[in-house]
Amino acid sequence: MDGIALLTVTVLAVFVGFEVVSKVSSTLHTPLMSGANAIHGIILVGAIIVAGQAADPWVLAVALLAVVLATANLVGGFVVTDRMLHMFHARKDAARTAAGPKAGGK
Amino acid sequence: MSLLDPVWTSLLYLAAAICFILALRRLSSPRTARRGNLVGALGALIAVVTVFLSSRLENIPWILAAIAVGSAVAAPVARRVNMTQMPQLVALFNGVGGGAAALVALLELGHADNPWVRVAIVFTLLVGAVSFAGSGVTFAKLQELMTTRPVVFPGLPVVMGLVLLAAVAAGVAVVLTGSLLLAVLLLLLGLAAGVLLVLPVGGADVPIVISLLNAFTGLAVAASGLVLGNVLLVVAGTLVGASGTILTRAMAAAMGRSVAGILFGAFRGGSTAGSTAVSERPVRSSSAEDVAVLLGYAQRVIIVPGYGLAVAQGQHTAAELALALEARGIEVDFAIHPVAGRMPGHMNVLLAEANVPYESLKEMGEINAEFKTTDVALVVGANDVVNPAAKTSSGSPIYGMPILEVAEARQVVFLKRSMRPGFAGIENDLLYEPQTSLLFGDAKDSLAQVLGAVKAL
Repeated sequence: MDGIALLTVTVLAVFVGFEVVSKVSSTLHTPLMSGANAIHGIILVGAIIVAGQAADPWVLAVALLAVVLATANLVGGFVVTDRMLHMFHARKDAARTAAGPKAGGK
Repeated sequence: MSLLDPVWTSLLYLAAAICFILALRRLSSPRTARRGNLVGALGALIAVVTVFLSSRLENIPWILAAIAVGSAVAAPVARRVNMTQMPQLVALFNGVGGGAAALVALLELGHADNPWVRVAIVFTLLVGAVSFAGSGVTFAKLQELMTTRPVVFPGLPVVMGLVLLAAVAAGVAVVLTGSLLLAVLLLLLGLAAGVLLVLPVGGADVPIVISLLNAFTGLAVAASGLVLGNVLLVVAGTLVGASGTILTRAMAAAMGRSVAGILFGAFRGGSTAGSTAVSERPVRSSSAEDVAVLLGYAQRVIIVPGYGLAVAQGQHTAAELALALEARGIEVDFAIHPVAGRMPGHMNVLLAEANVPYESLKEMGEINAEFKTTDVALVVGANDVVNPAAKTSSGSPIYGMPILEVAEARQVVFLKRSMRPGFAGIENDLLYEPQTSLLFGDAKDSLAQVLGAVKAL
């Protein structure tokens, strides 16, 4: 893709990024930050491409380090966000009486 | 061994990008948030499968092994981490993402024949390194591996200025010459800048810095997409950069701060000093039975939970206490400060974990007017978010932050471990007021004792 097309995509993505989170309550700031954090773990795609083109062993080693780090960001990010949100979900149906038996868990 | 032609590759990347946009959209609303996160994970899966099918890749066994290692380390940690330690885990994941972007850019330098591509490489290197090192320092602060107070030393602004100047010079040199050695130097300067950027940021402002560094990593990923000519990285990185910027501003606004003030406040000196000395003024300390009597014969009680509650894992006991008081016909609510805990919204997560119903969690704006008609405000392990210095003392580091007006309640009870000041490191005058009593001890133990005493009334 040529430079101008990439620039166009970048600028449009800026506006979409501003727009999608414009109205969010402070309750969801933490999960939203964590979810956005997971999404930039997609640098994994870049790390895979670089590792897949590596001929020199040193380049491969550094690229594989990047793959490990990016995977940690991506997988860990989505898992921890899911855990946070699971708790939000649980409270809709759980009555407060359920607090007793679960006390001390986790 | 390219199985997909470029058109299909582009279409699959487009699908992944749409998943990310929908994920962010749904994460902004409580009802759809969890599905939103899963949609984001689906997008990531599509993208990773696509890159394997569409590019001519060598070393595939090695790459798969590296992915296995990364997953094997991160997934169990993310699944098991205590919810109180979640902010530092997010900081850590953010940092390694920035580090990965910087490494990708470093390795692409050899393939970059166009100076514009080298500009993108320099940007990725610098911003990725700042994010990596900065996140490392926020991790250390939140994990209390180092002091949570702002770290400032004379000449810090000068050192920071020199590092940035050197980084710009190295960056220009890399763009002109493509030298790998200078690129490594730039990486090191970026790491130094990241450390220097976060060191002077004090306690309560750390979460906002995590959000800012999250936006930085997004920008680094977007720039790495420009380097590799990969549209998906450009779109995903830019989305995170833009939404992260908005989110950072929203968080700062919830605390009554400006982002620039947080980052550069300490450089200007003075305001972050706070008072370190614990004063010798007398306080009224009280027993669990006294607190139980106060609570048990009140009509309206508001519980103000803070980080101390979360650390002590007392949220379940707090929920039980609320239940016991309601059984006596007392109206009980939880007042949630937007930055209670270590991150905006953190306290909601912790209380949700303890099954406290949504309707009992009142946001600050909603409940502040009700403290006037409240008999007892029970402050459990919170300090800075109820500190009147935020309203009255213009020299205080938390001046201007909106607070929960517990001082308006007829009686205020603090459950505290000690007289040690809160995360922001400043003393709370409310502790010495005549309507205030204190019960010292671990938040969970104190709550359990009060709960037992309430049941015995």
